[in-house]
Amino acid sequence: MPLLRITSPHAHGPMSTSRVMQHVLLATVPGIIVLTHFFGFGTLVNILWGGIVALACEALALALRGRPLAFYLKDYSALVTSTLLCIALPPYAPWWLIAIGVASSVLLAKHLYGGLGYNPFNPAMVGYVVLLISFPVQMTAWAPPRGLGEVPGLFEALLACFSPASFDAVTMATPLDVLKQNNSLLLEDLWQENPQFGRWGGIGWEWASLAFLAGGLWLLYQRIFTWHAPVAMLVAITAMAGMFYDNGSSASGGSPLFHLLSGATIFGAFFIVTDPVSSAVSTRGKLIYGAMIGALVYIIRVRGNYPDAVAFAVLIANFTAPFIDYYTQPRTYGHARKGDS
Amino acid sequence: MRKIFGFHGGIHPPENKHQSLEHPIRDAGIPAELIIPVSQHVGAPAAPCVEIGQAVLGGDVIAEAIGVVSVPLHAPTSGSIAAIERRPVAHPSGSEALCIVIDTDGEDRWRSLEGVEDYRTADPAQLLERIRECGIAGMGGAGFPSAIKLAPRNPIETLIINGTECEPYITADDILLQERAQRIVEGAQIIAHIVQPQEILIGVEDNKPEGIEAITAAAAGTDLQVVTFPTKYPSGGEKQLIEILTGKQVPSGGLPADLGIVCQNVGTAVAVRDAILDGRPLISRVTTVTGDAVSKPGNFDVLLGTPMAHLLHLAGYDERKNRRLIMGGPMMGFSVPTPLAPVVKTTNCLLAPTESELPTPPPAQACIRCGMCAEACPASLLPQQLFWFAQGKESEKLEAHNLFDCIECGACSWVCPSHIPLVQYYRASKADIQQQRKDQAKSDYSRERFEARQARLEREEAEKDAKRAARKKAAEERAKAAATGEGEEDPIQAAIARAQAKKAAQTNEGSGESELEKLERAVVTTQKRLDTAQQKLSAAEAEGSDLVDALRTGVEKTQSKLDKAKAALAEHQANHSEAPAAAEEPPVDAAQAAIQKAMQAREADAQKSPQEKARDQLGKLEQRLAKAQQRLADGRAAGEEDKIIDALSASVDKLREKISETRAQLAETESA
Ligand code: SF4
Ligand code: SF4
Repeated sequence: MPLLRITSPHAHGPMSTSRVMQHVLLATVPGIIVLTHFFGFGTLVNILWGGIVALACEALALALRGRPLAFYLKDYSALVTSTLLCIALPPYAPWWLIAIGVASSVLLAKHLYGGLGYNPFNPAMVGYVVLLISFPVQMTAWAPPRGLGEVPGLFEALLACFSPASFDAVTMATPLDVLKQNNSLLLEDLWQENPQFGRWGGIGWEWASLAFLAGGLWLLYQRIFTWHAPVAMLVAITAMAGMFYDNGSSASGGSPLFHLLSGATIFGAFFIVTDPVSSAVSTRGKLIYGAMIGALVYIIRVRGNYPDAVAFAVLIANFTAPFIDYYTQPRTYGHARKGDS
Repeated sequence: MRKIFGFHGGIHPPENKHQSLEHPIRDAGIPAELIIPVSQHVGAPAAPCVEIGQAVLGGDVIAEAIGVVSVPLHAPTSGSIAAIERRPVAHPSGSEALCIVIDTDGEDRWRSLEGVEDYRTADPAQLLERIRECGIAGMGGAGFPSAIKLAPRNPIETLIINGTECEPYITADDILLQERAQRIVEGAQIIAHIVQPQEILIGVEDNKPEGIEAITAAAAGTDLQVVTFPTKYPSGGEKQLIEILTGKQVPSGGLPADLGIVCQNVGTAVAVRDAILDGRPLISRVTTVTGDAVSKPGNFDVLLGTPMAHLLHLAGYDERKNRRLIMGGPMMGFSVPTPLAPVVKTTNCLLAPTESELPTPPPAQACIRCGMCAEACPASLLPQQLFWFAQGKESEKLEAHNLFDCIECGACSWVCPSHIPLVQYYRASKADIQQQRKDQAKSDYSRERFEARQARLEREEAEKDAKRAARKKAAEERAKAAATGEGEEDPIQAAIARAQAKKAAQTNEGSGESELEKLERAVVTTQKRLDTAQQKLSAAEAEGSDLVDALRTGVEKTQSKLDKAKAALAEHQANHSEAPAAAEEPPVDAAQAAIQKAMQAREADAQKSPQEKARDQLGKLEQRLAKAQQRLADGRAAGEEDKIIDALSASVDKLREKISETRAQLAETESA
C-alpha cells in the first residue's frame, strides 16, 4: 500500500460540527424540563413534531439539491433549528403552525440561501417571525403556568397539537404582555394584581430562564461559543432597563431583573445570539453584535408593538453582522495598532 | 522570575511525548549508503565538488556553498562517492532532488579536525565563517543558514535559545536538554560571543521538567536565564516565542533582528558548539522516531543522509500498520513519499502513526462560522474569512486580511469542527498570489524595458544628428579654409597622422576589449537569439498558434541581423588581419568557434537537473551581466555603430531577464 500524502496538519481536535450541534441540543434539556414542569407537555410535543418536520424538510431540500442525504443529515443542524424554534413557540400550538414555522426555517431561511453556513439570518428566528406576522393570535396564546391553571397532560398536549379543534385551550397573558398593556398602575401594584409575575420574571419563566442559563454556561464551559455575545447582550439589556427603570412608575419599562429573567432573554442570549452562522465572528464584533441585540430587545419590548423582541432584534442584528465583521477585524500579529505607525 | 507574556490563540493537542522519552539517545550507526541532498537548507543548494568513485573521509567537504545564503555539505563518514543523481527526498515541494550518494566503508575514518582554541578572544567574523564552513543551518525546522542569522543588521539585545518544542510527539530538543545541557550552554555562550546580546534566554515549555532541571543546572553560574512558560501550541514558533518572552511582536514582513532579537534552536546551539570547539561539521543530528507503527520509539543520533527506512527499522517499524509517514510533527510536518528518503538537517522527527492514531481526515463539512479557528489562530487572523476568500480566489481580500502573516501552524484546521483543511487552502492561495506577483513583475519589467529602449533610441538619434551636424560644419569650414588657401598642409602628412591616431586608439582599447571580441559577441548572442526564436516558431507551428506569423518575422529579422553581424565580423577580420590582435587568433572561423563553444555549454547544461542548472546559471549570468553592461557602456562611449549597440543591449536585456527568471525558479524551489 503506498504511503498516503496529506498536507499538514495531520492531527485533528476532538470537535466536529455534529458534536457542536449535539451539545447545543443537550444544553436545551434542562430548560425544556422546566418548561414542561410549569406549562405541561406542550413544548415537548412541539419539539418532537417540529423535529420530524425539520428532518423531512432537510431531506427534501438535500434531495432537490442533489446532495448526499446521510452525510448532511448527520450534522444535526436541522434538528437544532427546529428545537430552538419550538421552544420559542407557545405550548399547545397546532401542528400546522409548527410545520409552517419549521418549514420556513429550514427551507426558506437555510436552504434557499445555500444551506448550512450560508444563511445570513438565524433560521429559527426567521421561522418565528414568519409565524408571528402571519398568525399573531396563535402566536401569543401562551398557557398559564402550574399553580395558576390546569396543566394539561401528555394526551391533551397531543390532542392540542394534532386536533386543535377538539382542544379547549386555556391561555393567559404572559408577564411581558401584561407589562406592555399597563399604563396606570405602579409596577408594585401591577405585581400584586397579576399573579403570573412571580418573584422576578414571571412564574415558570424565571425558572426556565435559569435552566437555560445553566445549559448555556455548560456550552460555554465546553467552548462551543465564547462569552462575548451573550454577556454583551445581557449587559446591554440590564443597562437599558436600569437606565429607564425610574423605580417602577406606571410608565416604567420594568426592572433589569425582570427583563433578564422574563421572556426569551436568557434563552436568546445563549441559544440564539450565539448561532455562529449568522452572527459576527471577531471578538470585538461579537461584543458589538450582542450589545446591539440587547439594546434592541429592550427598545422593541418597551416601545414596539410586540411584547417580546428577541426574534426581531436578532434578525436586525443579522443584517449588520457583515458590516460589524468588516470593521472589527482583529489586529494581526506584527501589524501596528490602528493609529500607531 | 521573569515576566511571561501570552500570545493570542493556541491549542492544546495531546502531547504524545512520553513514548519517545523512555530511552536515552541511541546511536543509529552507519548505514551502508548515505544519501545527501544538496539542498537541505533555505537558500541556494550546495554544488557537489566530488566525483563519482572518489574516496572521502568523514568531514570532507562534498558540496560547496553557492552564494551567500547557502552552506556546504560534508561527508558524514568515510567511504566513496557512489552516485550524484536525483533521489526521492522528503521535501514538501517535490519527491526527487539531486543527492550525493556515499557508499560507506564502515571504518569511519576522519580528516583531522581542529577547533578554535579560545573562542572568547576570537574575532566573531572568524567564528561566523567557521559556522558557515561547518554547514550549520537551523535545525528546528526551517533550516536557515545560521551564519546569516547570526550576523544581523541591528545590534542584538536578546539572544533566545529555543528549547520550546511545542509540536506533539517530538522530543529531540527535550532529550538534548536532558542529556546535552552542558553543550547547549556552551553553544549559547559562543553564539552570545558573536552577537553580544544584553541577555541570553533559554525558553522551554513547562512540560519538560527533566529538561528544565538539567539545563538550569548547566546554566548555573553563567549569564544564561532559563525561562519556562505554560505549554501551548505553537509557543515554539519563533514569533510566538518572542512574544512570550519579550511581549513584543515581530513586525509583519520583518525579522526578529528588527527588534534586536536573535533566536536559535537548542540543536543548532549544540552544532555551533561542536563546530567551534571541536571543528566538527554538521554531519549528524538527533531525530525522534515515534508513532504507534514503531514498537521501540525513541531518539536517535543519526548521520545525515541515513535512509529513513534504516532509522525506522531500528525503532521497530511495522509498515503494515503505517498509512503515512510524516517528517516533523503532526501539526506542521509533511508526508514523506517513501521511507527511502534520507534524514536531513531539518529532520527533527519521523512520525509513523497508525490509522487509528491519526485518522485520514473525513470529508469537510460546511463552515458554520463558529469562530473556533479565529480563537485558535496565534497570528490573530480570521481563518474562516480567509477560507471564504480563498474559495472565491479573491486575492486582494486575502492580502487585505493578511494571508501572508499566516504561519501555517495548523491550529485553525485542528480545531475546525467541520474538518475543513484550511491550511491547505492558504498554501494554495499563497502560491497563487506569489505567481501572480511574479507575472506582474515580469510584465512591468518588460514594459519598463521597452520604454527604456524607446527613450534610448530617441536619445541616440538626437546625438547622431548633432554629431552629423558638427561634422558637416567642420567639413564646410575645412573646405572654406582650403578654398581660401589657409592652413596649407601636406595631405600625406595628414593621412599618416590620422592612421597613427587610429592605431593609438586601438591599442588603448586593447586594455578593455578589442573590436574583434565585440563583434564575436554580437554574432554569438544573435545566433542564440535566432535559435530560441526558431524553437519558439516551430513550437508555435506545431501548436498551430496564431503567433506563427509574428514569430516568423522575428526569425527573419534575427537572421538578417545575424548575417549583418557575421559580415561585420568577417570584414573586421579581413581589415585587421595584419593587426597584432588578429594574428594571435586561431586560424579557424572565430564566429563558428564561438558558436560551437556556446552550443557545447548548452548541451552540458541540458544534462544537469533544472535546479542545479538554475543555481549554476545564476552565478554565471550575474558575471556575464556585469561584463555585458560594461561592454555596452564602453560601446556607447566609443560611439559604436548602431547594430553593435543593439546587439550588446539586447544581450544585456536578455541576461537581466534570464537572471530574474533563474532567481524566481530558485526562490520557488527554495520556498516550497
Ligand atoms: S473553525 Fe471551521 S467551521 Fe468554524 S469558523 Fe473556522 S472554518 Fe468555519
Ligand atoms: S495556520 Fe495560519 S490561519 Fe491557521 S491558525 Fe495558524 S496562523 Fe492562523
